[in-house]
Amino acid sequence: MSDSTSPRRSAAAAGRRAELAGPAAVPGVLGGPGTRAGLLALALAAFVAFGVAFTNQLVLTIGFLTALYICCAVAWNLFSGYSGYISLGHAVFFGSGAYAAGIVCEHLQVTGNAIFALLPLAGAVAAVIAVPFGLVALRVRRHTFVVITIAIFFIFQLMAFDLNTLTNGTIGLDAPFLVWGPVAFDQRFYYIALALAVVTVGISWLVKGSRFGLQLRAIRDDEDRAASLGVRAMPVKLTAFVISGGLTGIAGAVWFYFIGQVFPQSGFDPIFDLTVALIAFLGGLGTISGPVIGAVIIMPAEQYLTSSINDSYLSQILLGVLFLAVVLFLPNGLVPAVASRVRSWLGTGTAAAAAVPGVAQPVAAAKGAQE
Amino acid sequence: MTALLRTEGISKAFGGVQALSECSIEVEAGTITGLIGPNGSGKTTLFNVITGYERPDEGEVYFADRKITRLAPQRVFADGIGRTFQLTRIFPRLTVMENMLIAAQHTGTASRGRRFGNPLARAGGPADRHRAMELLRFTGIDGHAHALAGTLSYGQRKLLELAYVLVADPTIVLLDEPAGGINPSLIHVISDRIAELNAAGKTFLIVEHNMEFVMGLCHHVAVLDYGTVVAAGPPQIIRDDPRVLDAYLGIAEEDDEPVG
Repeated sequence: MSDSTSPRRSAAAAGRRAELAGPAAVPGVLGGPGTRAGLLALALAAFVAFGVAFTNQLVLTIGFLTALYICCAVAWNLFSGYSGYISLGHAVFFGSGAYAAGIVCEHLQVTGNAIFALLPLAGAVAAVIAVPFGLVALRVRRHTFVVITIAIFFIFQLMAFDLNTLTNGTIGLDAPFLVWGPVAFDQRFYYIALALAVVTVGISWLVKGSRFGLQLRAIRDDEDRAASLGVRAMPVKLTAFVISGGLTGIAGAVWFYFIGQVFPQSGFDPIFDLTVALIAFLGGLGTISGPVIGAVIIMPAEQYLTSSINDSYLSQILLGVLFLAVVLFLPNGLVPAVASRVRSWLGTGTAAAAAVPGVAQPVAAAKGAQE
Repeated sequence: MTALLRTEGISKAFGGVQALSECSIEVEAGTITGLIGPNGSGKTTLFNVITGYERPDEGEVYFADRKITRLAPQRVFADGIGRTFQLTRIFPRLTVMENMLIAAQHTGTASRGRRFGNPLARAGGPADRHRAMELLRFTGIDGHAHALAGTLSYGQRKLLELAYVLVADPTIVLLDEPAGGINPSLIHVISDRIAELNAAGKTFLIVEHNMEFVMGLCHHVAVLDYGTVVAAGPPQIIRDDPRVLDAYLGIAEEDDEPVG
């Protein structure tokens, strides 16, 4: 009999702890709001310091690509992670953003720092493309959706090859030359990508906590049931797709200015889709911090492999092996796995979830019967 | 007095199987009506037809004297018919509270004047959360409000589904086997809650195999067999009807055993 009282006592103690931390602490992934704000400030400070601390161009380039892919993976996750519709066609937006910037620069003779004024345009072009893309692809679910996104991706790659007057075909487009010094060039691009990543994470955070984000996540769990409860699934999915596509388009334009040129195979690159999905899967699908952490791990590793192995096929094979390993061994991703480990260390896992502050237990007998 | 909900001559076939044929039932406002019958007699199909998940081949559904046949599920829900599913359909990766807010956002307390509101507003205002918490307390799962719904036990999921259907304050609630697969003490909780809600004016239509549950709770019972109503009336009379004994109670014994 004495055994039966102890879990109840520990549940009550956990309840008091939860009361102190407040209700927002319970669903969070990494501790209370104070801890999380601290971690966030620390991470941001580290990212900002990185650009000043390193003047090695190779290191800064890896930093730039990491920040850029944080933006892309978070944007991808904002749609695919929250809604459960796994898109392997986001390179359409990345490439369209790059080409939109390239085409306008070429035809309207935009040069110098003014090219950055075209970033919103690149985002808008990608967002507009997302509307018909979404209207077609979002009519089907799961595997069929994945296949449709891949098909549409190849349509766009083909168009980049064939619309010679706009895209220059296989010759590609060159970005205007920026008269920045070599180190300053890398540093500035790093901070531009970082700013974009911060904005994207902010949008992802806003969406996740919003009514709109809740509708998206309900669609992920049971779209038909959500629809029967009054969630207008198509507009909700499409809006997320458009926001996600627009942000990816801006990232594509930044990448184009940095690399200096765009070809059909590099702008519309299937490896982009795999990389972005891998980053989100590794970090934790549907979490805010997951894609950030995933990018910080994957991008430097990928760059290191490409530069040291000197065989791009091998690094792509390794990428595929890593993808398989993640799906097999970390199906929920790093962030949820670590979070549940931390919770069990702290011993507040289910007890904290079971005890909510300030609530009487009028049907304690019934609850006892359930447990 | 006309019925709050009635079906007239509903027929529905799936391929060669006639799930419903000429099925007509009536649910008076303010009552608890039971719908019983052997497995495969068409009870869930009738629910699906009423709530818009299936289109009938023939017949009409009337709710408060308005024809609602062939409306989409969300329209039926918005009109005030809430339902639960035999295999509960909750959102497992949302928290219990978020499940409640999903049901609240369109037809419930949240919708008024908010349709064109800021989509990035935090999910669920204080009023919605307060009402959701009240209902969770009412069903006894308030202690799990911030747990993921997927971590709830089977019985708790049934209670959650009941609670989130109630968030939108429907006029009538259709429950598909609320006591199925649940331990006996929780069955009493569920039947007490239904009785309490009914005393406050809510109408219920309940599909259930547990005869004790049905006979103790319902004011009126309809018996389905092969897609047709073979008997209808107060539970005392239905209990002794030879047609019912023949069609149903012969196999009811095994369903009385709670699962797990």
